[in-house]
Amino acid sequence: MTAPKTLYDKIWDAHVVDEADDGTCLLYIDRHLVHEVTSPQAFEGLRMAKRAVRAPEKTIAVPDHNVPTTLGRENPDQMPEDSRIQVAALDKNAKDFGIHYYPVSDVRQGIVHIVGPEQGWTLPGMTVVCGDSHTATHGAFGSLAHGIGTSEVEHVLATQTLIQKKSKNMKVEITGKLKPGVTAKDITLAVIGATGTAGGTGYVIEYCGEAIRDLSMEGRMTVCNMAIEGGARAGLIAPDEKTFEYVKGRPHAPKGAAYEAALSYWKTLFTDEGAHFDKVVTLKGEEIEPVVTWGTSPEDVLPISANVPAASDFTGGKVGAAQRSLDYMGLTPGMKLTDVKIDAVFIGSCTNGRIEDLRAAAAVLKDRKIAEGVRCMVVPGSGLVRAQAEEEGLADIFIAAGAEWRMAGCSMCLAMNPDQLAPGERCASTSNRNFEGRQGFKGRTHLMSPAMAAAAAVTGHLTDVREMMGEMA
Amino acid sequence: MEKFTKLTGIAAPMPLVNIDTDMIIPKQFLKTIKRSGLGVNLFDEMRYDREGNEVPDFVLNQPAYREAEIIVAGENFGCGSSREHAPWALKDFGIKCVISASFADIFYNNCFKNGILPVVLPAEAVTYLMDDATKGANARLTVDLDKQVVTASDGTEFSFEVDPFKKHCLMNGLDDIGLSLEKVSAIDAYESRAKTQFPWL
Repeated sequence: MTAPKTLYDKIWDAHVVDEADDGTCLLYIDRHLVHEVTSPQAFEGLRMAKRAVRAPEKTIAVPDHNVPTTLGRENPDQMPEDSRIQVAALDKNAKDFGIHYYPVSDVRQGIVHIVGPEQGWTLPGMTVVCGDSHTATHGAFGSLAHGIGTSEVEHVLATQTLIQKKSKNMKVEITGKLKPGVTAKDITLAVIGATGTAGGTGYVIEYCGEAIRDLSMEGRMTVCNMAIEGGARAGLIAPDEKTFEYVKGRPHAPKGAAYEAALSYWKTLFTDEGAHFDKVVTLKGEEIEPVVTWGTSPEDVLPISANVPAASDFTGGKVGAAQRSLDYMGLTPGMKLTDVKIDAVFIGSCTNGRIEDLRAAAAVLKDRKIAEGVRCMVVPGSGLVRAQAEEEGLADIFIAAGAEWRMAGCSMCLAMNPDQLAPGERCASTSNRNFEGRQGFKGRTHLMSPAMAAAAAVTGHLTDVREMMGEMA
Repeated sequence: MEKFTKLTGIAAPMPLVNIDTDMIIPKQFLKTIKRSGLGVNLFDEMRYDREGNEVPDFVLNQPAYREAEIIVAGENFGCGSSREHAPWALKDFGIKCVISASFADIFYNNCFKNGILPVVLPAEAVTYLMDDATKGANARLTVDLDKQVVTASDGTEFSFEVDPFKKHCLMNGLDDIGLSLEKVSAIDAYESRAKTQFPWL
């Protein structure tokens, strides 16, 4: 009998093309997702070396980072010149190299990590890469998915492989049940709070346990999305009936006999009893509270009921970093997090831009108004999410509450397009990074779940959404 | 790719932990479709004020460090986004080596594709070199990739580990796409196996 394997071991072993004596492997890539920001130099490299895309049928491109999220954006005048050039370069590269493409004008356009699963490009057991660190999202399907740099994008385009060494195995188990008002976002932030932003460096994380199994596919995508914020190369979750059900019938998922064949393979994708993990972290689901970040690193996580810490609460290099964060964020140690007033709310991103996220935010905003002086931006993750939200009446709720209902894209998650904070503005955000300047020069970001962001939008300060839940229909 | 073999140069101290790729090169500079010209915007939001004037306190604006070729940094350097613009900006500025107790995975890999050597050393060694680097231009570190040794200005040596394949590529300036394409028959063979094993893909 062979040694028990983890899920990661199984996917890895199924994709090794070549292994050198020192363990350096050539790993086959099943899906390559491409966006406009990290690909132009890779395509230029191909042209210069007169190389073709080896497997254009496995390569999918969509512009998302730069695109405006305003209505009427098909008009190129809406884009600043440099953004327009970058999107036009992707248009041309997709056409010249014959890869699947969803242009800005296509209703299926959206954030690459939302479009992939939505269209059935992401399947269990695959290797998926993209020139974007949040590629980890696709791990929710039990696929090995991670971000790569532009040189590696070029490598995958040319060879359909990556040069890789195997990472170590890490298990993150969330036991028990979540309490009401606690979501996938709270899980993933709580894990990073516990392990630190470098806690996963060198590892691939498998998330497991009852609280993970109980999550929907969308919730699982939120959890895996932020594996990179914990430093891990990838995060994954073993596929189950929810996964198979989600995938079935999607445009690019296998159909009929092919689906049945795939299904029997997908059912083998789990960690064997007794398989070895190099590191294990366990959190109790029932102990996780709705959380927010207070600082400028995703590890700066606290329950909403807590107070702002002092630099002296930390040790080592983190003391200086915490002081810098407090200064940057304009927070006083000891103040209650719920007293922190906000100027803006951003609901969207590859972390929380799916339909369930919008439903959660709309449930809080229904029959309520956004606080005076607060700007709330709702940016669906794809054109199809937008259409569904309109059909379900969510868009009407957002608009009635006073929020901006926008077109799909990365938007203020990284603020490459004009969706930005002004210096000093403070944002309750459902995105994934609270780095200095991330949402705009000198902008201040607090990360949280869609329900928590919506609650902050209503009160104008960071708020425990559970206090509003009693009044919710 | 430019080779990296041995470097003696000025090291700039950046003791901050978790220096992320948004700090190294903010997103407004990612709209370029080229790899070059990003050095002027390296650490842009720390290095310049809103009007574009240099912030005098920032280490790379100080006379002693303007010609720095090495950065000694706090742990978890390069965390965040996969943007290769981060090593492109470092390289364009003239940084050829970063020394830290730990690096984020994607950034670490990206460095090797661009002729930059990321050196991982134990925290105590990084502290020692950080102190050395704060002496300014008088303190020049030597980084020898072949011997895998960093030498402080007082001659103290610290040896480091590096993956043999990555070392080989960096020392010889090898394009790894070319190397992988030499294995095209293995890729072909994998693809025909996969056609039978995973016919739905």
